[in-house]
Amino acid sequence: MDNFDVLTGKAAPLMRANIDTDAILPSRYLTRSSSQGKAGFGQFLFADWRFDDAGKPRPDFVLNRPEYKGAQILLAGENMGCGSSREHAPWALKGFGIRCVIAPSFGEIFFNNCFKNFVLPIALDAATVGKLAAQVEAGTGNRTMTVDLRQKTITAPDGSAIGFTIDEQRRQALLKGLDPIGETLLMWDEITAWRTKDQAKRPWAYLPKSG
Amino acid sequence: MALSLFEKIWREHVIRDLGNGYALLHIDRNVNHDLVGSLVFEPLDKLKRRMPFPELNFATMDHGIDTDPGRGDETKIPGGKDGVQGLRRKSKEYGVHLFDLGDVRQGIVHVITPELGIALPGLTLVCGDSHTTTVGGMGALCWGAGVTEIEHVLATQTLLVEKPKALRILFEGRVAKGVTPKDMILYAIGQLGAKAGNGYCVEFAGEAIRALPVEGRLTVCNMAIEMAARFGMVAADDTTFEYIAGRPFAPKGALFDQGVRYWRTLPSDPGAAFDREVTLDAGKIEPQITWGTSPQDVIGVSGRVPDPAKAPNAEQRGYLERALKYAGLAPGAPIDGTPIDVAFIGSCTNSRLSDLRRAAQILKGRKVAKGVTAWCVPGSGQVKRDAEAEGIDRVFRDAGFEWREPGCSMCVALGGDKFGPGQRSISSTNRNFENRQGVGVRTHLASPEMVAAAAVTGRITDVRKLAV
Repeated sequence: MDNFDVLTGKAAPLMRANIDTDAILPSRYLTRSSSQGKAGFGQFLFADWRFDDAGKPRPDFVLNRPEYKGAQILLAGENMGCGSSREHAPWALKGFGIRCVIAPSFGEIFFNNCFKNFVLPIALDAATVGKLAAQVEAGTGNRTMTVDLRQKTITAPDGSAIGFTIDEQRRQALLKGLDPIGETLLMWDEITAWRTKDQAKRPWAYLPKSG
Repeated sequence: MALSLFEKIWREHVIRDLGNGYALLHIDRNVNHDLVGSLVFEPLDKLKRRMPFPELNFATMDHGIDTDPGRGDETKIPGGKDGVQGLRRKSKEYGVHLFDLGDVRQGIVHVITPELGIALPGLTLVCGDSHTTTVGGMGALCWGAGVTEIEHVLATQTLLVEKPKALRILFEGRVAKGVTPKDMILYAIGQLGAKAGNGYCVEFAGEAIRALPVEGRLTVCNMAIEMAARFGMVAADDTTFEYIAGRPFAPKGALFDQGVRYWRTLPSDPGAAFDREVTLDAGKIEPQITWGTSPQDVIGVSGRVPDPAKAPNAEQRGYLERALKYAGLAPGAPIDGTPIDVAFIGSCTNSRLSDLRRAAQILKGRKVAKGVTAWCVPGSGQVKRDAEAEGIDRVFRDAGFEWREPGCSMCVALGGDKFGPGQRSISSTNRNFENRQGVGVRTHLASPEMVAAAAVTGRITDVRKLAV
């Protein structure tokens, strides 16, 4: 089973605001999951920004630049992952090799979906994200950062440590790689008892058993 | 204790409070579509477990299907057919209610759930689509979930949810003639910004909201997600109850009466606390039109495109320059009169009967301008049938619109429906993101009436000049 504890890798800056999930994974690739499942979306990550009309890589797009080859951490602007609920967006990030996204704020559904796929979204204030982007872009050659989920710290390219906050339940789920359906099924008796009471109170909310 | 509509529904659904703002909630309804296909059933397959409550789960085809007359399972987009057939197979296997292609009940998920009485006040409803906020217009708690979350719902009929904060947006006063629910929500997003609702459940309230029919409330809630709110809602009232009565999956007889008594207890109590409250003057709203690449990039139709040179800082200037470059518009230019290539009426925002009726009033006796491609995609088989019974299809066809089969179509640009690079589209949809309607397509969001007006003049036009 997947998990996430410490990640050391190259960071790439994509400092735009309102990067929507259509940009992260364009709609025309969505139907692939019907036959291919959740794998294989990395090749289409940011497809309309990474490639030109002829399918050739655009040399100026950050993830195509040689200095960011193999990036595992993405720095982004506010409202990162807004828009569509497509879980294909974190599938594409993960498939491409990106395991952590750092931004001032996130679209909520995207934020949620990242955790389900062991991609860690970290919200930091805009000034700090800007500072990290500036260090990565500085050209000193050091673009490496460490994200330590155990200690809840980020080590910036300049060696400074930055703390981050994360909900404890989400942190544990990433560290331990929990199985959410299995966890809920452990509560089945409690769920059934709740439901019996609720059916008496809100009978209009239920429908006849099918089949 | 005074509670908000949101708080009441939330509390009623908590099976276990997991602390830290999280709860395991009961999910009263789930709706699957062809994009989630058979994938969401895989954990159940693996566990060799029956779906515990198939009768609370629904399925229809909308996202990837073609909207051409005579369509079948084959789609123009690769893989679409697998989603359609996979969802059909799994829905039958697990006993989920299925509204398949050819069924009059088939349509866009957020159009059919209110229409069929699946969505009721006070329910929790999820769907693997961010615009599930739409259905909050019924007075319910409805939100978009990811595939992994839907898997959890199918297997357990519950979901672990982080409790949002509460935001109330009050539209005080009344809207002027020619101003629609779409204009109200676009105006709100323009005023508050595309991330204002992040972390919130938004309740839309105030005189101008109460005056709206149910379909208008659905349009308003549809775009709550475009201000980054995962949940949007309008309190149910007599207008809602009348709408629900007699719909196929709605409670009947004494059960309906019991429902109404319960539903009357749900609206926010006087003095209920909200984490944030915003008041907007509905009387100030004029027909809205977007100019850029985010729904927050919106102005009144008499307004001008912003000028990056006047931006307060470098970041804002960069944002405006990038958006204008994509949109192909000159800084400071008036938006009225901008030539368009394509006009689209449809989507979970604006494809209901009332939308088509209002657009038809503009189209009646007029023709689509030369060189303009115009499409109408009714939101469901029922909407299409009702519109045809009223002769609305004739108005659209006579004007030169294509009258197509129900589906998401040009809102998501799947199913082979897309426009060409550089084309300028005016669209009754909800997202003007880069490449959303096809690579390089420039999208202007507006009401169905504004789309109809632009279709016949060939330019973005203040619909009030054409209205009778």
